Amino acid sequence: MAIELRHGTKVWHRRERGAQFATWAAWLAGAAIFIYCWELISDKTIWAFVADAPTQAADLAVRMVPPDWGFIHALWQSMWDTINIATLGTAMGIIMAVPVAYCGARNTTPSAAFIRPAALFIIVSSRSINSLIWALMLVTIIGPGVFAGILAIGLRSIGFCAKLLYEAIEEIDESQVEAVRATGASGAQVTAYGIVPQVLPAFAGISVFRWDINIRESTVLGLVGAGGIGLPLNGAITMLAWTQVSLILLIIIATVVVSEWVSAKMRHAII
Amino acid sequence: MSVVAIAPRRWKKPPLIKRAWLRWTIGLGAAVYLTLALGSIEVNWARVWEGLPRGARFFAAFFPPDFAGRSSEIAEGILESLWMTVVSTVIGIAISIPVGIGAAKNIAPAPVYYFCRGILAVSRSFQEIILAIFFVKLFGFGPFAGLVTLSFATIGFYGKLLAEDIEDMDPSQAEAVRATGASWLQWLNYGVQPQVMPRMIGLGLYRFDINFRESAVVGIVGGGGIGATLNTAFDRYEFDSAAAILLVIIGIVMLMEYSSSYLRRWVQ
Repeated sequence: MAIELRHGTKVWHRRERGAQFATWAAWLAGAAIFIYCWELISDKTIWAFVADAPTQAADLAVRMVPPDWGFIHALWQSMWDTINIATLGTAMGIIMAVPVAYCGARNTTPSAAFIRPAALFIIVSSRSINSLIWALMLVTIIGPGVFAGILAIGLRSIGFCAKLLYEAIEEIDESQVEAVRATGASGAQVTAYGIVPQVLPAFAGISVFRWDINIRESTVLGLVGAGGIGLPLNGAITMLAWTQVSLILLIIIATVVVSEWVSAKMRHAII
Repeated sequence: MSVVAIAPRRWKKPPLIKRAWLRWTIGLGAAVYLTLALGSIEVNWARVWEGLPRGARFFAAFFPPDFAGRSSEIAEGILESLWMTVVSTVIGIAISIPVGIGAAKNIAPAPVYYFCRGILAVSRSFQEIILAIFFVKLFGFGPFAGLVTLSFATIGFYGKLLAEDIEDMDPSQAEAVRATGASWLQWLNYGVQPQVMPRMIGLGLYRFDINFRESAVVGIVGGGGIGATLNTAFDRYEFDSAAAILLVIIGIVMLMEYSSSYLRRWVQ
């Protein structure tokens, strides 16, 4: 606790003098970096366009209302596809994530020297490549459609699920595993009765959480041809049919809000 | 001595979902859904089969990754992405703090709460790409549109988590600070902020990481950064350059992952 004597009275400070300077220096460095980066971006920006933005936004907003409700009948199929892409993609991703997580966790990996780095590399590459880029590549390979979208979402989900899952595996209570092992259980039995019950709630939570994210991600896959609501969205934007665009955006908001509610309820029910 | 018959008891694994009806409903619902969903997907296996050698050629074109051919463009794109990431993370978090405080049920009055929750819901509903399409329309091509997109997306993510963290805080500590006669700002600074700070720093670093990865895609729709470079590489069929770009992105994300765990330990 930093207390300073000033005119005979004790004054409380939050930090010691050195710590105060260090904090101040860190803030200064942070601010300098921020201003430098801002400057560089500002150089690349055409400010006339930015100044024009409010007018443009107002113009766009006027064109967007009222939403073209008649168009909604053309959207049910795409919406169904979007939900399928998200759900089946999540299922696929999580199935593939389980072995990766098992190999990636420090306490269960078969080989810390060779297999664990490989698992971590799979996790990082799946996480760093956005689902849109996955979709871009998959559409080239297997053709446009829902299937490419499912694969893209699945490949993208591996990293996220495996990362959270292996962290959950690493945090398990070892004494339970030891107790199961002490009964003479085989390796597979130790996994099934010592490890799986401990990570199962986390596993269910992660799946539902990722599903919620995937609903959001699958709304844009259509932009590159991988099916779902993004397909009509892209079409509407290209045709400048702004009333249709606003309807699609409203539907996306509604879907996302509902999926968020469902996932919250399900996580409460499971955990 | 009489023999007492003991019914053989077998231990059974406790189910994940305790309530039986819920378990069966979920199981049955999943089965029905799966048949419906799998039935409605048309997979053109002929097209997939045809695409496989094409895919092999596609991936073969990725190797070896060509870092040298477009090195100046790649460096420029990566740097632009990094600037965008820094600025958008800072701006996004700065805006999300008041929004997040307003969206915490235990400290904000009802009208403010609903207003801020509305902002968060809108910001979270739209994927970065959709936002980017609109911001590129409004602000023109270039990193500024990407910057606005990422900042806006950061608000939803960070604000929501901040609000949840504030809702979960220990009220007795905040009350103790209030009992000393602290003003509202002092109360926020000494009663609330220390409780949420450690987690929020970690989440800030995580969001930095997300923003960098997202900056790779906002470029596809014209938002500047490495995504623009990547898109150009794809459009020109320079897959070896594209592979180099993807590897650079993976490398930077990996680097951030390691450094963020160190930074987190150092800050806390």
